[in-house]
Amino acid sequence: MTTTASTLDRPATPPAFQAVSGSRKIKNMVATVLVVLAFLIALVPLVWLLISVIARGYQALLSSDWWTHSLKGVLPKEFAGGAYHAIIGTLLQTIVCAVIAVPVGVLAAIYLVEYGRGRLARVTTFMVDILSGVPSIVAALFIYALFLSTFGLGQSAFAVSMALVLLMLPVVVRSTEEMLRLVPQELREASYALGVPKWKTIVRIVLPTALSGVVTGVMLAMARVMGETAPVLVLVGYSKSINFNIFDGNMTSLPLLIYSELNNPNPAGQLRVWGAALTLIILIMLFNLVAALVSRFSAIKTK
Amino acid sequence: MAKRIDVKDLNIFYGKFHAVDRVTLAVPPRSVTAFIGPSGCGKSTVLRSLNRMHEVTPGARVEGKVLLDGEDIYASAVDPVEVRRTIGMVFQRPNPFPTMSIRDNVVAGLRLGGMRNKKQLDEIAERSLRGANLWAEVSDRLDKPGGSLSGGQQQRLCIARAIAVQPDVLLMDEPCSALDPISTLAIEDLIGELKKDYTIVIVTHNMQQAARVSDQTAFFNLHGVGQPGRLVEIDDTEKIFSNPGQQATEDYISGRFG
Repeated sequence: MTTTASTLDRPATPPAFQAVSGSRKIKNMVATVLVVLAFLIALVPLVWLLISVIARGYQALLSSDWWTHSLKGVLPKEFAGGAYHAIIGTLLQTIVCAVIAVPVGVLAAIYLVEYGRGRLARVTTFMVDILSGVPSIVAALFIYALFLSTFGLGQSAFAVSMALVLLMLPVVVRSTEEMLRLVPQELREASYALGVPKWKTIVRIVLPTALSGVVTGVMLAMARVMGETAPVLVLVGYSKSINFNIFDGNMTSLPLLIYSELNNPNPAGQLRVWGAALTLIILIMLFNLVAALVSRFSAIKTK
Repeated sequence: MAKRIDVKDLNIFYGKFHAVDRVTLAVPPRSVTAFIGPSGCGKSTVLRSLNRMHEVTPGARVEGKVLLDGEDIYASAVDPVEVRRTIGMVFQRPNPFPTMSIRDNVVAGLRLGGMRNKKQLDEIAERSLRGANLWAEVSDRLDKPGGSLSGGQQQRLCIARAIAVQPDVLLMDEPCSALDPISTLAIEDLIGELKKDYTIVIVTHNMQQAARVSDQTAFFNLHGVGQPGRLVEIDDTEKIFSNPGQQATEDYISGRFG
């Protein structure tokens, strides 16, 4: 009689918990591999794009002229001059756009969340939805038809800013609306119960509570319109020199500089294209960074 | 300070829904009145109509009168903001303002009302925190955010905030339902002290609490879902809990309800 050890050791009742079955291990492994692969595939174009922009453009940014000089009097084949005029143009157009779009957008969101009832609110929400679906070229054409064809004004950076307002407004309204809706109704009631009027409750309680999110939304919206190209192609002319006047004359922005230098077959032109692209990416990244910092410092503290 | 409230034939509606049917009751000054009753019977709704807070809900309206020392708070010339300044409220869940420090929370009503004098504000903050039995616990960290306190402390902070504006009446909507027994005891002790200066109306689901803190008790009930809530009876707390006038009240307080 031979009895193997395993049969001797067998418990009367099988244990309640058993090892992970083989088929589940395999499924788990397959799923893990697929998820990681998808992540890597999504990452490839992003990293590739960044690397090629940096590799081809970084040399332009190393020269101090890039940040301080325009292209005035610089020949197409000359490795000289800089993108100062385009950086100023991009910042001016974006800031003018934000100065108009942010107050209008935030106030519209306050109306929708705090006062909006009935038809007017529904119409406003509907319009905002439509506006957020408008392609940038359509916004540019609308401003062209209104400012240039109807009012007979010339091309100007201000027209660009107005087209950017059309693109930025729905983003600001939507993000502010979301943030205001996150403020608990209880806080508003607590304020009313102290005998604080509604407008003061909104200004002193609701807005400060939502501030961090509102500012983040605004910064991201600004970063978003900064790279818009269609309005600058349609509404303003290219200039090689610096122009601080948004109401008059041609003003170059970074997308416009890229577009115009694409027609320049010289190696110097190629460097300017990639340099301007890298500068634009850095500017947008800075805005995102500022947004992150602002939201961290204005966030509600509980310690 | 400390005014009386008389409610006469008060009907409350949310849109077309008739929420509360013909409530008439009187709350004497410097006393505690407890509202008890099953969920959905309209006791919180009645409480919120006493300082026109229910109007914040869209579609809500009332018929009837609420008199504060004889003056109708629903008269057309009366500003609801003034009413709420006179009749303060403490809510079910502690709701300190998250962007403000402990000190700023306490004097929020005064500062938003336009008071600028820092010395005076600090004095009122201390007095109100002492009044809410919280001073000893927070005096060394008045600049910390209100959200850093525990739930029970936050609720006492909210009471301090409510009494800082020196209302005539204090309404409390289940102020202890989110708190542990020790914090609840602290609030109940506080209610006993506040009674000396304020007229207090408190909604509670806890019948022992009603028996412990109140001078008179009002029992609300409703016939069924979709029916308006109504006041079954109001009387001295002792009488309600020992010898109620209505069968429904006796069923409710003895746990034989429904």
